[in-house]
Amino acid sequence: MKTIFTVRNVLVFGLLAFLAVIPAYADVTGNTFIMTLFTRIVILAIAAVSLNLIMSYGGMVSFGHAAYLGIGGYAVGILAFEGINSGFVQWPVAMIACGLFALVTGALSLRTRGVYFIMITLAFAQMIYYVGVSLDRYGADDGLTIYKRSNFGSLINLSNKTTFYYVCLVTLFATMYLVWRLVNSRFGMVIQGARSNDRRMRAIGIPTFRYRLVCFVIAGMMCGLAGILLANQADFVSPATMHWTRSGDLIVMAVLGGMGSVIGPVVGAVALLVLEETLPHIIAVVGHFVTGLEMTAAREYWQLVLGPMLLLVVLYARGGIDGLLRGGRRD
Amino acid sequence: MLLFIEQTLNGLQFGLLLFLLAAGLTLVFGIMDLVNLAHGSLYMLGAYFAATFTALTGHFIGGVVLALMATLLVGMAVEVIAMRRLYGRDHLDHVLGTFGLILFFNELVRLIWGPAGMNLTLPSWLNTSIELMPGVHYSMYRLSIIIVSLAVAISLYFVVMRTRIGMLIRAGASNREMIGALGINIKLLFTLVFGAGAALAGLAGLMQAAILTAQIGMGENILILAFVVIIIGGIGSIRGAFVASLLVGLIDTVGRAFLPDVLKLFLSNSAASTAGPALSSMLIYLVMAVILVARPEGLFPAANK
Repeated sequence: MKTIFTVRNVLVFGLLAFLAVIPAYADVTGNTFIMTLFTRIVILAIAAVSLNLIMSYGGMVSFGHAAYLGIGGYAVGILAFEGINSGFVQWPVAMIACGLFALVTGALSLRTRGVYFIMITLAFAQMIYYVGVSLDRYGADDGLTIYKRSNFGSLINLSNKTTFYYVCLVTLFATMYLVWRLVNSRFGMVIQGARSNDRRMRAIGIPTFRYRLVCFVIAGMMCGLAGILLANQADFVSPATMHWTRSGDLIVMAVLGGMGSVIGPVVGAVALLVLEETLPHIIAVVGHFVTGLEMTAAREYWQLVLGPMLLLVVLYARGGIDGLLRGGRRD
Repeated sequence: MLLFIEQTLNGLQFGLLLFLLAAGLTLVFGIMDLVNLAHGSLYMLGAYFAATFTALTGHFIGGVVLALMATLLVGMAVEVIAMRRLYGRDHLDHVLGTFGLILFFNELVRLIWGPAGMNLTLPSWLNTSIELMPGVHYSMYRLSIIIVSLAVAISLYFVVMRTRIGMLIRAGASNREMIGALGINIKLLFTLVFGAGAALAGLAGLMQAAILTAQIGMGENILILAFVVIIIGGIGSIRGAFVASLLVGLIDTVGRAFLPDVLKLFLSNSAASTAGPALSSMLIYLVMAVILVARPEGLFPAANK
């Protein structure tokens, strides 16, 4: 009795379709702000999807995932600063840098488990954060402005907002597809098996360490891609990109949206970032409606509402938003 | 040499401060198995309460005592309202939920005390320096932090190791279900432990507030250090937290003071002045990574769970 027309599937499809028509909507209404906002959302969704791969399928809770946003961004920024604008050089270099960082830190981190893993990934991210702070030649604390976006010759022009948005969106869809294929492959089975019982997996002769490390590297490189796009979008990269609270944001997106599905983190990224933008207005309008007073001052304190909301999601919606839509069915 | 003594004392002082923060964190972690990112918020609240109450009462010690009681109450309230529901959940849920609490407390503080920081003014008898050895002067206030923290550490050790409540806490750390089954009111025990941890964090916060200022988000960076401490020390181990916090405090402070000079021996001046600060900020994370690679459960792993 399985139907694909569940409320959840319709909404998920609606969300994806909505993402696809944003540029048209922005064009018609002349609302450029929504383009900027959603480009950011799509990019951070890529990062959240990559985190979700290691976190919910691999059981590796990384509290330092923002490091890859920074490494990817800085690779683009530094190359551009040194006069190398070609995207054909910048992007591979950035991804290889992320892959190497993931390989080294992953090989060390994967020796630990649970909370220790959370904290050692955080430690490595903090180290790379302080490397960013110390890059005097590249702006140190103040960050590095990128004057020219990655140049792909006549192939594609990233300076065009609509083109750039679709590049990000296609990257997001490709990432989701890749994650989906990965988790449903033999490789994905090993990763999920290692999450639920590592010892048993090794006992039946599977070198889980290697599989988990490869998975960690793949996720790091995917997130590096998000870092490349983020730096191109903002035309700027700074150590704040890889502050530990940013890693926290990524975890929030994945958990808020719902772990255990490929689409969950995307839902979470959209929900969190849209909420951040709209909550001040909602507070002002609802406050005005309830109290009859002018509530413009209350707008500032939207985090006072967001904080408890996150707590409520944790307490009463354990599968995140996606879990709610599935009607509490747990798998 | 003078500088070295002073920096070592500063490191000791910072380490002991970290211990106050880490002790509560490691107890909550060890006993309730709860990752509490909001511990830094309690640290911040302690600082703000102290600044407010000392200004209100015009009396330093009185203000401090009131601030500690207020933080204790807030901690217990947070436990009853929110944390209690998070026990037994995934660590990820803890991270998300308490991350939400950080946002909440930061905004609350901004709403009540405004965006500008607050100063905690010291009474004149603390705001002097003392001659430790002939020619070696040291801030009276920093010395008193060392003394107070050591006293707290010793009494904490005594309470945990020698009293009935301490026995329950240790039993709780090694097997929660069992002490519940033996008829101990764990709910009350958990609330008390959480409140005590909050008060310790508040104490650390208010002591730091007199050196820096009380400001929003002050608890966030030091919280990460406190986590580093309890991870290095081994989760749930007070002894581990003590050793690790002194280690981290000394490495961080002494590293910051002397690493750039040491690097100058090997590198050119400009390279050393660039790499020095970065490397000294990274130093403790480096130490933590090395320790975890060598001993994945920290220096003093708590009894097997």
